[in-house]
Amino acid sequence: MTDSAFAAALDLILGADPAFLGIVAVSLRVTLSAVLIAALIGLPLGTLLAMYRFPGRSVLIVAVNALMGLPPVVAGLLVYLALSRAGPLGGLGLLFTPAAMIVAQTLLVLPIVVALSRQVVEELWLEYRDHLTSLGRTGWGAVPTLLYDGRYALATALLAGFGRAMAEVGAVLIVGGNIAGHTRTMTTAIALETSRGDLALALGLGMVLLLLTLVANALAFGVARIGRQYAG
Amino acid sequence: MMRDVASILPLAADALAFDAGGGRLIDGIELRVDKGDCLALIGPNGAGKTLLLRLLHGLLPASGGRVAWANGSGAVGGRRQHAMVFQSPVMLRRSAVGNVSHALRAAGHGRAEARRRALAALERFGLAELAPRPARVLSGGERQRLAIARAAALEPELLFLDEPSSALDPGATRQVEAMLADLHGGGMTLVFATHDLGQARRLATRVGFLNRGRLVETGPAADILQSPGHDETRAFIAGDLAW
Repeated sequence: MTDSAFAAALDLILGADPAFLGIVAVSLRVTLSAVLIAALIGLPLGTLLAMYRFPGRSVLIVAVNALMGLPPVVAGLLVYLALSRAGPLGGLGLLFTPAAMIVAQTLLVLPIVVALSRQVVEELWLEYRDHLTSLGRTGWGAVPTLLYDGRYALATALLAGFGRAMAEVGAVLIVGGNIAGHTRTMTTAIALETSRGDLALALGLGMVLLLLTLVANALAFGVARIGRQYAG
Repeated sequence: MMRDVASILPLAADALAFDAGGGRLIDGIELRVDKGDCLALIGPNGAGKTLLLRLLHGLLPASGGRVAWANGSGAVGGRRQHAMVFQSPVMLRRSAVGNVSHALRAAGHGRAEARRRALAALERFGLAELAPRPARVLSGGERQRLAIARAAALEPELLFLDEPSSALDPGATRQVEAMLADLHGGGMTLVFATHDLGQARRLATRVGFLNRGRLVETGPAADILQSPGHDETRAFIAGDLAW
């Protein structure tokens, strides 16, 4: 049984089955969009937290660190409540669309990007402060140097965010609804097909998912190694 | 170009003071630095040499008194007119030449011009072969020379250096001192802190003795090092200062 499922899974992958590829495409599109948005919001936010002292900063840092462990189903529930017909953003009609899934995954990735970039930039700023001040690069003038010199560590943070969003099932299931050809991702499809007994499809998607996770981690490893060359 | 028109020198510190942690760490400093000086600030650890350099360079705000530049500006920021090399130089996570061109870019040079000047600066100080190497994996002596070349590339009128060779072996110390002599010979004004009296003797035209946050005396290097006017200076130079 499992053997034939395994063979069928390989057929799906190698045969480039359109429905199968569609699911992979939805997953990638949603997760990459979420990581991009989280990077655009999270990198400046993390930098701000790293460089400025204000009341409540410590509380905020602890809160952001804690949110890195936000359970995906809770993130999904919050976005569901906000986007449902009776919710504050219900009028947008986004529930059960890829857009809603992107919002939910952004919520999961954002704390990772903010927390890690805060840490990276703060360490660099403490080390570089005198030199950059001497060069007249203070405040926002220092940010390009800090982000550039932290580029490898920051790329690793984004890859960690990608890994988390790609692997989660709870949030996208709640706000996406697992609609075939529309909001069905690899993780939600695996959950559904396994419970329905279509192990071939589940297994095939599982292999692709594993492969993508492997690629993301290999990239993170390679990036960190290049970074160490310059970090000394 | 008539650079003297807008010269930042002489630099004058007037009743300069700095407080931290409820104590006065720098007190009543009166100091003048003229164009062409090579001034060594000597004194025991904790005398306030580093603090004084940081106050003069504008990294720290004075608690009292003032730092006055001849052209009325000279503050840190914008076009660089004075630069500083720190005791443990900050090396950016870039190549050696990238470190120098970063400083030049910060001083307002364009990308291509910054790279050209950076390579020229490395060439001038015999560091050309280090250009593509990551700066942070260079040896201590190479890092220090790179930091000096990086500051010199900005062509400041005045260069501050904090203990330029305190952590270096004799060979690297000689190389650093040769660089400083070269810069001073080329017309750059230098102010450096050192606890190495031999280094002050070899490089300085003027010496200032700092103790417990006060500038005890300043004068021509030969006078201060050979026949100091104050007991404190004499004791420090004789190596038996009690603090």
